[in-house]
Amino acid sequence: MADKVEFELVSPERLLLSRAVEMVVVPGVEGDFGVLAGHAPLISTVRPGIIEVHEDGKITDRIFVAGGVAEVNAERCTVLAEVAMPVGEIDRHKVEAELKDLADDLAAAKTEDDRDVLQAKIVIAESKLQAISTVH
Amino acid sequence: MPSLKSLRTRINSVKSTRKITSAMKMVAAAKLRRAQEQAQAARPYAERMERMLGSLAASLAGGEGGPALLAGTGKEQTYLIVAVSSDRGLCGGFNGSIARFVRNKARKLIVEGKTVKILCVGRKARDILKRDLEKNIVGTIDEIGRPQLGFHHAEKVAQRILHMYEAGEFDVCSVVYNRFKSAISQIVTDQQLIPFAPPVAVEPARGEAPKLVAPGDSQAIYEYEPDEGEILADLLPRNLSVQIYRALLESNASEHGARMTAMDNATRNAGDMINRLTLNYNRTRQAIITKELIEIISGAEAV
Repeated sequence: MADKVEFELVSPERLLLSRAVEMVVVPGVEGDFGVLAGHAPLISTVRPGIIEVHEDGKITDRIFVAGGVAEVNAERCTVLAEVAMPVGEIDRHKVEAELKDLADDLAAAKTEDDRDVLQAKIVIAESKLQAISTVH
Repeated sequence: MPSLKSLRTRINSVKSTRKITSAMKMVAAAKLRRAQEQAQAARPYAERMERMLGSLAASLAGGEGGPALLAGTGKEQTYLIVAVSSDRGLCGGFNGSIARFVRNKARKLIVEGKTVKILCVGRKARDILKRDLEKNIVGTIDEIGRPQLGFHHAEKVAQRILHMYEAGEFDVCSVVYNRFKSAISQIVTDQQLIPFAPPVAVEPARGEAPKLVAPGDSQAIYEYEPDEGEILADLLPRNLSVQIYRALLESNASEHGARMTAMDNATRNAGDMINRLTLNYNRTRQAIITKELIEIISGAEAV
Protein backbone atom coordinates (compact mmCIF):
# COMPACT_ATOMS: atom_id res chain seq x y z
CA MET A 1 0.00 0.00 0.00
CA ALA A 2 1.24 3.39 -0.88
CA ASP A 3 0.38 5.10 2.37
CA LYS A 4 2.34 2.74 4.59
CA VAL A 5 5.86 2.97 5.82
CA GLU A 6 8.17 -0.02 6.26
CA PHE A 7 9.15 0.12 9.88
CA GLU A 8 12.12 -1.81 11.20
CA LEU A 9 13.32 -1.88 14.76
CA VAL A 10 16.61 -3.67 15.29
CA SER A 11 18.70 -4.17 18.37
CA PRO A 12 22.14 -5.82 18.28
CA GLU A 13 20.64 -8.98 19.69
CA ARG A 14 17.62 -9.36 17.44
CA LEU A 15 15.28 -7.91 14.86
CA LEU A 16 12.33 -6.81 16.95
CA LEU A 17 9.87 -5.56 14.44
CA SER A 18 9.72 -5.41 10.70
CA ARG A 19 6.45 -4.61 9.05
CA ALA A 20 4.52 -1.98 7.17
CA VAL A 21 2.72 0.43 9.45
CA GLU A 22 0.76 3.63 9.12
CA MET A 23 2.86 5.84 11.35
CA VAL A 24 5.65 5.59 13.89
CA VAL A 25 6.50 8.17 16.51
CA VAL A 26 10.21 8.18 17.32
CA PRO A 27 11.75 10.06 20.23
CA GLY A 28 14.52 12.02 18.53
CA VAL A 29 17.14 13.98 20.46
CA GLU A 30 15.58 17.19 19.30
CA GLY A 31 12.02 16.16 19.96
CA ASP A 32 9.64 13.39 18.99
CA PHE A 33 8.85 13.05 15.35
CA GLY A 34 6.17 11.10 13.56
CA VAL A 35 7.04 9.23 10.40
CA LEU A 36 4.43 8.72 7.71
CA ALA A 37 4.99 7.38 4.23
CA GLY A 38 6.82 9.85 2.01
CA HIS A 39 8.80 11.39 4.85
CA ALA A 40 11.83 13.44 3.85
CA PRO A 41 15.13 11.55 4.23
CA LEU A 42 16.42 12.02 7.75
CA ILE A 43 19.01 10.55 10.06
CA SER A 44 18.59 11.33 13.71
CA THR A 45 19.91 10.09 16.99
CA VAL A 46 17.30 8.73 19.36
CA ARG A 47 17.05 9.51 23.04
CA PRO A 48 15.82 6.95 25.59
CA GLY A 49 12.05 6.84 25.34
CA ILE A 50 9.13 5.09 23.73
CA ILE A 51 8.55 4.34 20.10
CA GLU A 52 4.87 4.28 19.27
CA VAL A 53 3.52 2.34 16.33
CA HIS A 54 0.22 3.63 15.00
CA GLU A 55 -2.12 1.61 12.87
CA ASP A 56 -5.68 2.50 11.88
CA GLY A 57 -5.55 5.53 14.09
CA LYS A 58 -4.67 3.48 17.17
CA ILE A 59 -1.42 2.80 18.95
CA THR A 60 -0.70 -0.89 18.41
CA ASP A 61 2.78 -1.20 19.87
CA ARG A 62 4.76 0.70 22.42
CA ILE A 63 8.41 -0.18 22.60
CA PHE A 64 10.98 1.21 24.94
CA VAL A 65 14.38 2.07 23.44
CA ALA A 66 17.47 3.16 25.30
CA GLY A 67 18.89 5.42 22.65
CA GLY A 68 20.09 4.67 19.16
CA VAL A 69 19.81 6.03 15.66
CA ALA A 70 16.91 6.33 13.26
CA GLU A 71 17.17 6.45 9.51
CA VAL A 72 14.12 7.61 7.62
CA ASN A 73 13.43 7.85 3.93
CA ALA A 74 10.32 7.92 1.79
CA GLU A 75 9.55 4.20 2.07
CA ARG A 76 11.36 3.08 5.15
CA CYS A 77 12.01 3.91 8.74
CA THR A 78 14.83 1.99 10.40
CA VAL A 79 15.61 2.37 14.07
CA LEU A 80 18.86 0.94 15.39
CA ALA A 81 18.37 0.72 19.12
CA GLU A 82 20.91 -0.32 21.70
CA VAL A 83 18.36 -1.84 24.02
CA ALA A 84 14.77 -2.30 23.04
CA MET A 85 11.89 -4.02 24.79
CA PRO A 86 8.12 -3.78 24.65
CA VAL A 87 6.85 -1.53 27.41
CA GLY A 88 4.74 -4.38 28.74
CA GLU A 89 7.87 -6.39 29.53
CA ILE A 90 9.39 -3.80 31.82
CA ASP A 91 9.21 -4.87 35.43
CA ARG A 92 8.79 -1.88 37.71
CA HIS A 93 10.32 -3.54 40.76
CA LYS A 94 13.32 -4.75 38.86
CA VAL A 95 14.01 -1.33 37.42
CA GLU A 96 13.61 0.32 40.80
CA ALA A 97 16.03 -2.15 42.35
CA GLU A 98 18.43 -1.57 39.48
CA LEU A 99 18.18 2.16 39.94
CA LYS A 100 19.02 1.79 43.60
CA ASP A 101 22.02 -0.40 42.83
CA LEU A 102 23.22 2.10 40.28
CA ALA A 103 22.92 4.96 42.74
CA ASP A 104 25.01 2.98 45.20
CA ASP A 105 27.58 2.21 42.55
CA LEU A 106 27.69 5.85 41.56
CA ALA A 107 28.47 6.85 45.12
CA ALA A 108 31.25 4.27 45.19
CA ALA A 109 32.61 5.02 41.70
CA LYS A 110 36.11 6.40 41.67
CA THR A 111 37.03 7.43 38.16
CA GLU A 112 35.34 9.99 36.00
CA ASP A 113 34.74 7.39 33.28
CA ASP A 114 32.96 5.01 35.62
CA ARG A 115 30.76 7.83 36.78
CA ASP A 116 29.84 8.77 33.22
CA VAL A 117 28.91 5.20 32.38
CA LEU A 118 26.78 4.86 35.51
CA GLN A 119 25.14 8.21 34.93
CA ALA A 120 24.12 7.09 31.47
CA LYS A 121 22.68 3.88 32.90
CA ILE A 122 20.70 5.83 35.45
CA VAL A 123 19.20 8.01 32.76
CA ILE A 124 18.11 4.89 30.91
CA ALA A 125 16.59 3.32 34.01
CA GLU A 126 14.78 6.52 34.87
CA SER A 127 13.32 6.83 31.43
CA LYS A 128 12.22 3.21 31.73
CA LEU A 129 10.28 4.09 34.86
CA GLN A 130 8.82 7.07 33.11
CA ALA A 131 7.80 4.82 30.24
CA ILE A 132 5.82 2.59 32.58
CA SER A 133 4.13 5.42 34.39
CA THR A 134 2.77 6.80 31.13
CA VAL A 135 1.05 3.48 30.49
CA HIS A 136 -0.59 2.84 33.84
CA MET B 1 52.99 -59.63 24.77
CA PRO B 2 50.88 -57.33 26.96
CA SER B 3 49.13 -59.11 29.77
CA LEU B 4 45.40 -59.67 29.63
CA LYS B 5 44.82 -57.44 32.60
CA SER B 6 46.67 -54.47 31.14
CA LEU B 7 44.74 -54.87 27.90
CA ARG B 8 41.48 -54.90 29.78
CA THR B 9 42.31 -51.69 31.62
CA ARG B 10 43.31 -50.00 28.40
CA ILE B 11 40.08 -50.96 26.71
CA ASN B 12 38.15 -49.58 29.64
CA SER B 13 40.04 -46.34 29.69
CA VAL B 14 39.55 -45.78 25.98
CA LYS B 15 35.88 -46.56 26.44
CA SER B 16 35.48 -43.88 29.06
CA THR B 17 37.40 -41.42 26.89
CA ARG B 18 34.95 -42.16 24.11
CA LYS B 19 32.07 -41.48 26.44
CA ILE B 20 33.53 -38.09 27.30
CA THR B 21 34.27 -37.09 23.73
CA SER B 22 30.86 -38.11 22.51
CA ALA B 23 29.21 -36.17 25.34
CA MET B 24 31.32 -33.14 24.46
CA LYS B 25 30.25 -33.48 20.88
CA MET B 26 26.60 -33.44 21.86
CA VAL B 27 27.11 -30.41 24.06
CA ALA B 28 28.98 -28.59 21.32
CA ALA B 29 26.24 -29.40 18.82
CA ALA B 30 23.57 -27.97 21.09
CA LYS B 31 25.62 -24.87 21.79
CA LEU B 32 26.47 -24.49 18.14
CA ARG B 33 22.83 -24.27 17.24
CA ARG B 34 22.22 -21.57 19.79
CA ALA B 35 25.34 -19.65 18.79
CA GLN B 36 24.36 -19.84 15.17
CA GLU B 37 20.91 -18.48 15.88
CA GLN B 38 22.41 -15.66 17.87
CA ALA B 39 24.82 -14.81 15.10
CA GLN B 40 21.98 -14.79 12.62
CA ALA B 41 19.88 -12.54 14.84
CA ALA B 42 22.69 -10.01 15.07
CA ARG B 43 23.15 -9.74 11.35
CA PRO B 44 20.35 -7.28 10.48
CA TYR B 45 21.66 -4.70 12.94
CA ALA B 46 25.21 -4.89 11.68
CA GLU B 47 24.05 -4.70 8.09
CA ARG B 48 21.91 -1.65 8.61
CA MET B 49 24.56 0.00 10.67
CA GLU B 50 26.99 -0.53 7.84
CA ARG B 51 24.58 0.89 5.31
CA MET B 52 23.88 3.94 7.39
CA LEU B 53 27.54 4.57 8.08
CA GLY B 54 28.32 4.09 4.45
CA SER B 55 25.91 6.81 3.39
CA LEU B 56 27.07 9.08 6.20
CA ALA B 57 30.70 8.61 5.36
CA ALA B 58 29.93 9.22 1.69
CA SER B 59 28.19 12.47 2.49
CA LEU B 60 31.13 13.55 4.61
CA ALA B 61 33.74 12.46 2.11
CA GLY B 62 35.48 15.37 0.50
CA GLY B 63 35.02 17.38 3.66
CA GLU B 64 38.14 17.75 5.75
CA GLY B 65 39.13 15.32 8.45
CA GLY B 66 36.07 14.04 10.16
CA PRO B 67 36.32 12.21 13.46
CA ALA B 68 39.56 10.40 14.18
CA LEU B 69 37.81 7.04 14.12
CA LEU B 70 36.92 7.61 10.49
CA ALA B 71 39.95 9.44 9.22
CA GLY B 72 42.64 7.73 11.28
CA THR B 73 45.51 9.41 13.03
CA GLY B 74 47.34 10.14 9.82
CA LYS B 75 50.11 7.66 10.59
CA GLU B 76 50.42 3.94 10.27
CA GLN B 77 53.08 3.26 12.81
CA THR B 78 51.51 1.24 15.56
CA TYR B 79 49.18 -1.65 14.86
CA LEU B 80 46.81 -3.19 17.31
CA ILE B 81 45.70 -6.72 16.54
CA VAL B 82 42.73 -8.06 18.42
CA ALA B 83 42.97 -11.83 18.38
CA VAL B 84 39.69 -13.54 19.13
CA SER B 85 40.06 -17.10 20.36
CA SER B 86 38.38 -19.34 22.88
CA ASP B 87 39.00 -19.93 26.56
CA ARG B 88 38.98 -23.68 26.28
CA GLY B 89 40.89 -26.11 24.19
CA LEU B 90 39.87 -29.40 22.60
CA CYS B 91 38.49 -27.75 19.54
CA GLY B 92 40.84 -28.87 16.81
CA GLY B 93 42.74 -26.25 14.88
CA PHE B 94 40.49 -23.41 15.98
CA ASN B 95 42.91 -21.55 18.22
CA GLY B 96 45.99 -22.71 16.39
CA SER B 97 44.93 -21.13 13.12
CA ILE B 98 44.16 -17.80 14.80
CA ALA B 99 47.51 -17.83 16.54
CA ARG B 100 49.34 -18.74 13.36
CA PHE B 101 47.68 -15.96 11.41
CA VAL B 102 48.38 -13.37 14.10
CA ARG B 103 51.98 -14.48 14.40
CA ASN B 104 52.59 -14.23 10.67
CA LYS B 105 50.94 -10.86 10.48
CA ALA B 106 52.85 -9.53 13.45
CA ARG B 107 56.16 -10.78 12.03
CA LYS B 108 55.46 -9.17 8.70
CA LEU B 109 54.65 -5.85 10.30
CA ILE B 110 57.68 -5.98 12.56
CA VAL B 111 59.90 -6.63 9.55
CA GLU B 112 58.39 -3.53 7.96
CA GLY B 113 59.46 -1.58 10.99
CA LYS B 114 56.05 -1.14 12.57
CA THR B 115 55.17 -1.53 16.19
CA VAL B 116 52.73 -4.30 16.93
CA LYS B 117 50.48 -4.63 19.92
CA ILE B 118 48.25 -7.59 20.51
CA LEU B 119 45.08 -7.71 22.53
CA CYS B 120 43.96 -11.25 23.19
CA VAL B 121 40.32 -12.06 23.66
CA GLY B 122 40.17 -15.54 25.07
CA ARG B 123 42.82 -17.32 27.04
CA LYS B 124 44.03 -19.71 24.39
CA ALA B 125 45.45 -17.15 21.99
CA ARG B 126 47.53 -15.67 24.76
CA ASP B 127 48.78 -19.07 25.84
CA ILE B 128 50.01 -19.82 22.35
CA LEU B 129 51.26 -16.37 21.40
CA LYS B 130 53.14 -15.64 24.57
CA ARG B 131 55.81 -18.12 23.58
CA ASP B 132 57.37 -15.78 21.05
CA LEU B 133 55.44 -12.52 21.16
CA GLU B 134 55.08 -12.03 24.88
CA LYS B 135 56.27 -8.43 24.93
CA ASN B 136 53.80 -7.48 22.20
CA ILE B 137 50.77 -8.64 24.14
CA VAL B 138 49.22 -5.64 25.84
CA GLY B 139 46.32 -7.35 27.45
CA THR B 140 44.00 -10.30 27.67
CA ILE B 141 40.29 -10.38 28.10
CA ASP B 142 39.09 -13.81 29.06
CA GLU B 143 36.04 -15.54 30.41
CA ILE B 144 34.08 -13.48 27.95
CA GLY B 145 30.57 -14.51 27.12
CA ARG B 146 29.91 -16.63 30.18
CA PRO B 147 27.27 -17.76 30.73
CA GLN B 148 25.95 -16.20 27.55
CA LEU B 149 27.55 -13.81 25.14
CA GLY B 150 25.76 -10.47 25.13
CA PHE B 151 26.19 -7.14 23.50
CA HIS B 152 27.56 -5.62 26.70
CA HIS B 153 30.57 -7.94 26.48
CA ALA B 154 31.38 -6.51 23.09
CA GLU B 155 30.89 -3.03 24.44
CA LYS B 156 33.42 -3.68 27.14
CA VAL B 157 36.02 -4.75 24.60
CA ALA B 158 35.18 -1.76 22.43
CA GLN B 159 35.52 0.61 25.38
CA ARG B 160 38.95 -0.71 26.09
CA ILE B 161 40.03 -0.29 22.48
CA LEU B 162 38.61 3.21 22.36
CA HIS B 163 40.46 4.22 25.50
CA MET B 164 43.68 2.96 24.02
CA TYR B 165 42.96 4.81 20.81
CA GLU B 166 42.21 8.06 22.57
CA ALA B 167 45.40 7.67 24.53
CA GLY B 168 47.22 7.43 21.21
CA GLU B 169 48.50 3.93 21.84
CA PHE B 170 47.93 2.75 18.28
CA ASP B 171 47.04 4.03 14.83
CA VAL B 172 45.44 1.09 13.09
CA CYS B 173 43.31 -1.57 14.67
CA SER B 174 42.15 -4.82 13.18
CA VAL B 175 40.41 -7.84 14.56
CA VAL B 176 41.31 -11.42 13.66
CA TYR B 177 38.65 -14.02 14.21
CA ASN B 178 37.28 -17.27 12.85
CA ARG B 179 34.34 -16.60 10.61
CA PHE B 180 31.75 -19.30 10.71
CA LYS B 181 31.20 -20.93 7.37
CA SER B 182 29.91 -24.30 8.41
CA ALA B 183 30.37 -26.70 11.27
CA ILE B 184 33.42 -28.17 9.60
CA SER B 185 34.94 -25.08 8.11
CA GLN B 186 35.94 -21.81 9.68
CA ILE B 187 37.71 -19.04 7.87
CA VAL B 188 40.27 -16.89 9.58
CA THR B 189 39.23 -13.33 8.86
CA ASP B 190 41.14 -10.13 9.30
CA GLN B 191 38.93 -7.08 9.55
CA GLN B 192 40.08 -3.52 9.92
CA LEU B 193 38.18 -1.59 12.58
CA ILE B 194 40.02 1.70 12.94
CA PRO B 195 40.10 3.76 10.82
CA PHE B 196 36.69 2.73 9.63
CA ALA B 197 36.86 1.19 6.18
CA PRO B 198 33.51 1.18 4.40
CA PRO B 199 32.81 -2.29 3.08
CA VAL B 200 33.28 -2.55 -0.64
CA ALA B 201 30.35 -4.83 -1.20
CA VAL B 202 28.11 -6.27 1.44
CA GLU B 203 27.56 -9.86 0.50
CA PRO B 204 24.13 -11.07 1.50
CA ALA B 205 24.18 -13.34 4.51
CA ARG B 206 23.41 -16.96 3.98
CA GLY B 207 19.73 -17.81 4.07
CA GLU B 208 18.68 -14.26 3.39
CA ALA B 209 17.57 -12.76 0.16
CA PRO B 210 19.90 -10.11 -1.20
CA LYS B 211 18.84 -6.72 -0.01
CA LEU B 212 17.21 -4.66 -2.67
CA VAL B 213 18.57 -1.21 -2.39
CA ALA B 214 16.35 1.12 -4.33
CA PRO B 215 18.27 3.06 -6.94
CA GLY B 216 19.07 6.51 -5.71
CA ASP B 217 18.68 5.28 -2.16
CA SER B 218 22.22 6.03 -1.14
CA GLN B 219 22.33 9.28 -3.02
CA ALA B 220 19.28 10.66 -1.26
CA ILE B 221 20.09 13.86 0.53
CA TYR B 222 19.52 13.26 4.17
CA GLU B 223 18.61 15.75 6.76
CA TYR B 224 20.60 15.34 9.93
CA GLU B 225 19.42 15.84 13.42
CA PRO B 226 21.63 17.07 15.09
CA ASP B 227 24.37 17.45 12.44
CA GLU B 228 26.48 14.88 10.57
CA GLY B 229 29.49 15.31 12.77
CA GLU B 230 27.63 14.61 15.96
CA ILE B 231 25.77 11.64 14.60
CA LEU B 232 28.98 10.25 13.23
CA ALA B 233 30.72 10.78 16.55
CA ASP B 234 27.92 8.82 18.16
CA LEU B 235 27.71 6.17 15.51
CA LEU B 236 31.37 5.29 15.03
CA PRO B 237 32.04 4.00 18.55
CA ARG B 238 28.79 2.12 18.37
CA ASN B 239 29.80 0.61 15.08
CA LEU B 240 33.00 -0.54 16.70
CA SER B 241 31.00 -2.37 19.36
CA VAL B 242 28.78 -3.90 16.72
CA GLN B 243 31.67 -5.11 14.63
CA ILE B 244 33.31 -6.62 17.69
CA TYR B 245 30.04 -8.17 18.72
CA ARG B 246 29.77 -9.75 15.33
CA ALA B 247 33.34 -11.02 15.50
CA LEU B 248 32.68 -12.51 18.94
CA LEU B 249 29.50 -14.20 17.79
CA GLU B 250 31.09 -15.62 14.69
CA SER B 251 34.04 -16.81 16.69
CA ASN B 252 31.73 -18.35 19.26
CA ALA B 253 29.79 -20.26 16.64
CA SER B 254 33.03 -21.33 14.98
CA GLU B 255 34.43 -22.56 18.26
CA HIS B 256 31.49 -24.84 18.86
CA GLY B 257 31.56 -26.01 15.27
CA ALA B 258 35.25 -26.77 15.47
CA ARG B 259 34.84 -28.56 18.77
CA MET B 260 31.97 -30.60 17.44
CA THR B 261 34.03 -31.77 14.49
CA ALA B 262 37.09 -32.44 16.61
CA MET B 263 35.10 -34.42 19.13
CA ASP B 264 33.33 -36.34 16.41
CA ASN B 265 36.71 -37.41 15.05
CA ALA B 266 37.95 -38.26 18.51
CA THR B 267 34.90 -40.41 19.17
CA ARG B 268 35.42 -42.25 15.91
CA ASN B 269 39.10 -42.78 16.60
CA ALA B 270 38.35 -44.08 20.06
CA GLY B 271 35.89 -46.54 18.53
CA ASP B 272 38.54 -47.79 16.11
CA MET B 273 41.01 -48.12 18.91
CA ILE B 274 38.58 -50.12 21.02
CA ASN B 275 38.00 -52.50 18.12
CA ARG B 276 41.71 -53.01 17.65
CA LEU B 277 42.36 -53.53 21.32
CA THR B 278 39.46 -55.96 21.68
CA LEU B 279 40.75 -58.01 18.79
CA ASN B 280 44.16 -58.05 20.37
CA TYR B 281 42.67 -59.02 23.71
CA ASN B 282 40.68 -61.91 22.28
CA ARG B 283 43.66 -63.20 20.37
CA THR B 284 45.85 -63.11 23.43
CA ARG B 285 43.23 -64.88 25.47
CA GLN B 286 42.86 -67.55 22.80
CA ALA B 287 46.63 -67.97 22.63
CA ILE B 288 46.83 -68.51 26.36
CA ILE B 289 44.05 -71.11 26.30
CA THR B 290 45.72 -72.96 23.45
CA LYS B 291 49.02 -72.89 25.26
CA GLU B 292 47.48 -74.33 28.40
CA LEU B 293 45.76 -77.08 26.40
CA ILE B 294 49.01 -78.03 24.72
CA GLU B 295 50.70 -78.21 28.08
CA ILE B 296 47.99 -80.48 29.47
CA ILE B 297 47.96 -82.76 26.42
CA SER B 298 51.71 -83.08 26.19
CA GLY B 299 51.79 -83.75 29.94
CA ALA B 300 49.20 -86.52 29.54
CA GLU B 301 51.11 -88.08 26.63
CA ALA B 302 54.27 -88.18 28.65
CA VAL B 303 52.63 -90.25 31.34
